[in-house]
Amino acid sequence: MSIRATGVTKRFGDFVALDDVSVEIPTGSLTALLGPSGGGKSTLLRIIAGLEQPDSGRIEIAGEDHTTLPPQRRNVGFVFQHYAAFKHLSVRRNVAFGLEIRKRPKDEVKRRVDELLRLVHLEQFGDRLPSQLSGGQRQRMALARALAVEPKVMLLDEPFGALDAKVRKELRDWLRRLHDEVHVTTVFVTHDQEEAMDVADEIVVINNGVVEQVGPPDELYDRPANDFVMSFLGPVTRLGGKLVRPHDLEVFSEPDTGTVPATVVRLVRLGFEVKVDVVVGDEELWVQLTRGEADRLALGPGSPIHLRALGAVSRPPARAH
Amino acid sequence: MFGAGLATMWLSLLVLIPLAAVVWRAQEDGAGAFWDAVTAPEAAAAIRLTVVASFIVALVNVVFGTLIAWVLVRDDFRGKRIVEALIDLPFALPTIVAGLVLLALYGVGSPVGITLAYTRAGVVVALLFVTLPFVVRTVQPVLLEFDWEMEEAAASLGASRLTTFRRVVLPNLLPAISAGTALAFARAISEFGSTVLISGNLPFKTKVAAVHIYGQIETDNTTGAAAVATVLLVVALVVLVGLDMLQRWAARRA
Repeated sequence: MSIRATGVTKRFGDFVALDDVSVEIPTGSLTALLGPSGGGKSTLLRIIAGLEQPDSGRIEIAGEDHTTLPPQRRNVGFVFQHYAAFKHLSVRRNVAFGLEIRKRPKDEVKRRVDELLRLVHLEQFGDRLPSQLSGGQRQRMALARALAVEPKVMLLDEPFGALDAKVRKELRDWLRRLHDEVHVTTVFVTHDQEEAMDVADEIVVINNGVVEQVGPPDELYDRPANDFVMSFLGPVTRLGGKLVRPHDLEVFSEPDTGTVPATVVRLVRLGFEVKVDVVVGDEELWVQLTRGEADRLALGPGSPIHLRALGAVSRPPARAH
Repeated sequence: MFGAGLATMWLSLLVLIPLAAVVWRAQEDGAGAFWDAVTAPEAAAAIRLTVVASFIVALVNVVFGTLIAWVLVRDDFRGKRIVEALIDLPFALPTIVAGLVLLALYGVGSPVGITLAYTRAGVVVALLFVTLPFVVRTVQPVLLEFDWEMEEAAASLGASRLTTFRRVVLPNLLPAISAGTALAFARAISEFGSTVLISGNLPFKTKVAAVHIYGQIETDNTTGAAAVATVLLVVALVVLVGLDMLQRWAARRA
């Protein structure tokens, strides 16, 4: 089901967490709210869930106004960064919680819990307590618990933030596959651009309480709306005062159309990619090359080179030909 | 290994050997004498009063101790730090001073118009006064460490506030409440100083077991004193073990 936030504003004292934010999240999508810490993305998620009340604005889920509805009646699944596992209950009872609250028949609860435990690969862990699980297992349990009540939408607040890098990578692949299986509209908050690009169909970049840009990962990467989005979504460097991606710089050994002369300062080989630090006048920048390119140009500290930003050729027509 | 040995020795020297000595003393004149000592009408009345009053005090503490701890952790109000400091006062005060304070307030010619002197209600109030900190101070740290996101998780799963409290918050507090209650109860059945002034120590009416034991020793009936002491010991043990079992049972079926 779709989610629509219209003109949502939220202040905490003097701090403006969200400033007139409007976002639309289509049914069945997997959307990332991406941005730096304190940018307002978690607040937006909590407002959608009803865990926080907006000062103004409107929240609709599946076309119905949810703005003043308490969280109990929104039927959204919420997953917390630190799992919020019910410590005194076994994994099974955690997953069954929402169904037991709804007084579903015992055999139905059992069947559904078994099914969910299989889905999150915890079928042998049903009788354990949350404290006997690893972080990744706890988060999968929390996901199963949220999915148990067949929520209209799933909201995940930095779901992998408390996990170590390897588990994080595994879980996000798993989340992607799970979403392809379950198809429930899912929104997750992250400050990790790689995670957002890897998992999401659509990314909403939020910074300083406003939405900077919305779009699919490729579009945001290739056509960022502003310098903030550009620098947040990938590596950047500066040539002639303009932000460019280090892999979008062409390197020549002889002057060419639109090139500027530069000098190599240092080469760092990172496996197949080579990071080349250069100076153009008194401006320092870096260029990302493949090992093949760097070898072909026979680069070394002090080499004179000529740089051009990709796509810059046609732009200054005065210098063309 | 060494640590365990040292702990056992320490516990034996301070607790087990003296307790064993009391139990030994109680049965020295035979089972008959023991039975006579504890079923003597005055002794039985004192034991009954002490145990019943202690149960009442324990129950009141479960509710109000938890409530005070809750308010201290979750609410912000003016004078919170003063209340925070006051909680421990009954514990820090010499109990006889507590008795004096209560006598001044609720004694004959009470300035607030409530006279509890020489009544069983007075005994209960004195016990409540000295046992106040136990549940508060055991529950408070658990609430401070409490993962309140559990509440939000329960809410988003559809649980009302009451259901959340009953099914999520309370089960997580239960071990602390139970431990605090056990301490409060144990303190209440052994209390002497705070009750001795306000109760007037009327036999069959307001004399508590500890005062009765003291009276028996004063009249050179050491065996009688030891017999009543043994009964208190058994009651305390039963309650401590019982609460522990209750807590385990609750944890299993939460």
